[in-house]
Amino acid sequence: MTDRVTIASFKGFLLGDAQADRAVPPTGFTASLTVFAAAAMSFLAVFALALSLTTERIAERWSEELAQTATIRISAPDGQIEAQTEAALRVLRTTPGVSLARVLTSEEQRELLSPWFGPNLPIDSLPLPQLIEIEEGGNGGLDAEGLRQRLAAEVPGAVLDDHAQWRAPLVQAADRIRGLGLISLVLIAATMAVMITLAANAALSANSKVIGVMRLVGARDVYIARAFVRRYTIRALMGAVVGTVVAMLAVAFLPQDATQDGFLTGLGFERTEWLWPALIPVLAAFVAFWATRTAALRTLKEIT
Amino acid sequence: MIDLQGVAYSYSGRELFSDVTLSLEPGSFHFLTGPSGAGKTTFLKLCYMELQATSGRVNVFGRDPRDMTRDDIAKNRARIGIVHQDCQFLDHLPLVENVALPLTVSGKDPDSATEDLKSLLSWVGLSEQANRRPPELSGGERQRAALARAVINAPDIILADEPTGNVDWEMSQRLLSLLVELNKMGTAIMVATHDMNLIRMAKKQVSTRTLRIADRTLVSAGADL
Repeated sequence: MTDRVTIASFKGFLLGDAQADRAVPPTGFTASLTVFAAAAMSFLAVFALALSLTTERIAERWSEELAQTATIRISAPDGQIEAQTEAALRVLRTTPGVSLARVLTSEEQRELLSPWFGPNLPIDSLPLPQLIEIEEGGNGGLDAEGLRQRLAAEVPGAVLDDHAQWRAPLVQAADRIRGLGLISLVLIAATMAVMITLAANAALSANSKVIGVMRLVGARDVYIARAFVRRYTIRALMGAVVGTVVAMLAVAFLPQDATQDGFLTGLGFERTEWLWPALIPVLAAFVAFWATRTAALRTLKEIT
Repeated sequence: MIDLQGVAYSYSGRELFSDVTLSLEPGSFHFLTGPSGAGKTTFLKLCYMELQATSGRVNVFGRDPRDMTRDDIAKNRARIGIVHQDCQFLDHLPLVENVALPLTVSGKDPDSATEDLKSLLSWVGLSEQANRRPPELSGGERQRAALARAVINAPDIILADEPTGNVDWEMSQRLLSLLVELNKMGTAIMVATHDMNLIRMAKKQVSTRTLRIADRTLVSAGADL
């Protein structure tokens, strides 16, 4: 028997054979199970996909925002702060990859600290370090290590913070969550394959008499299998379309807050990302096709 | 078309028959008789490859089924019209679709054979039952439908197991005449039956050979009739 999925057999599958389809009686309960399983799995798959894409998007946004800025913190005795700030600015003006270097005013520093110390912080009377904000730009980017060495030599009280210590764990966490999302998608597909295989096996067992009659009149295994495969593939596709559409609506109506970069208010799809869930029913149909075909041909081989 | 050379078949340690040698040639007409349980049905199943011989060699259309792929067996079965004793049908399909099933599975369009289907159903007296489902039919009607299904695809060989067991004498003659006509066109026929009147009737119309399974072997039974 030819087990390979040839172009001709796939074309035959797509076009269908109404007579062959009718040869298999309606399978009732297993049919409903398949539709429900496909719908439920697709619903979950949309959320796993949304989680994965959202994680990637937010992590990239955070990473880009942090990567484009750096801060120099100058800690020095009162009389030397201004001189060291000037020295640092001189170094920055001649550093490639620095598009803007700006000394933060007292007001701006007070605003930065206000979430922790309140708005009435007597900043002038506190020995706070002076902050210089750097915006990166230009060809080649900023050589943070080179700048750090120059500052150490010329401005002893200056410390460069290029946000790498914040960026690395974020990127790592995002990669992990995105990986978990992809693993979830694979597990969902595998679970759907298992469910459809079980349903197809149940249908094949329940239809052993039908298979016997078909064999009696000279039907090939591929012909018999095709009727089952088409039926389960179409049901999985229908269920997956319903599950995907419902999940997409659910995602679309999740509370959104464009001003926040959090997971809870950012979960969903943006622009072309909405096309990705459309692949889920196609994949579900493929999984159903493959699972049913494999189960049917294996079972038919076992039935002499 | 079907050759058996020194064939034996055992089931659960019991030998049903042994050393059976027979050749079913195009245009031949065989009757197979013998007591119940002698192995007539088993013999037919060996011929259409549902069972495999315990020993000896069975050749179907020139090939040993043991050397055939499952596809090959299916293709060769499509060349054999089979009438089972228990008349297996797809109970959810109307009779006309059951009769057309050999056409359907061989990729032919049943719609193009509508006239053949109608005339065949008419011949076996089932025109009015065409749209009824098999469970709604009597035993005799099911047997006639099984015979119609066996001949619809113009097979090279027809193997029929008690095809007239539940029909009246008039219908038996009608079914026999269908087999005789097909035989005259070159179709090999083998009918397993207890009905000696049917065999005598056939002998009047066409050259037949009657075989009997007795003492676990196949013998010519022409002298008994």
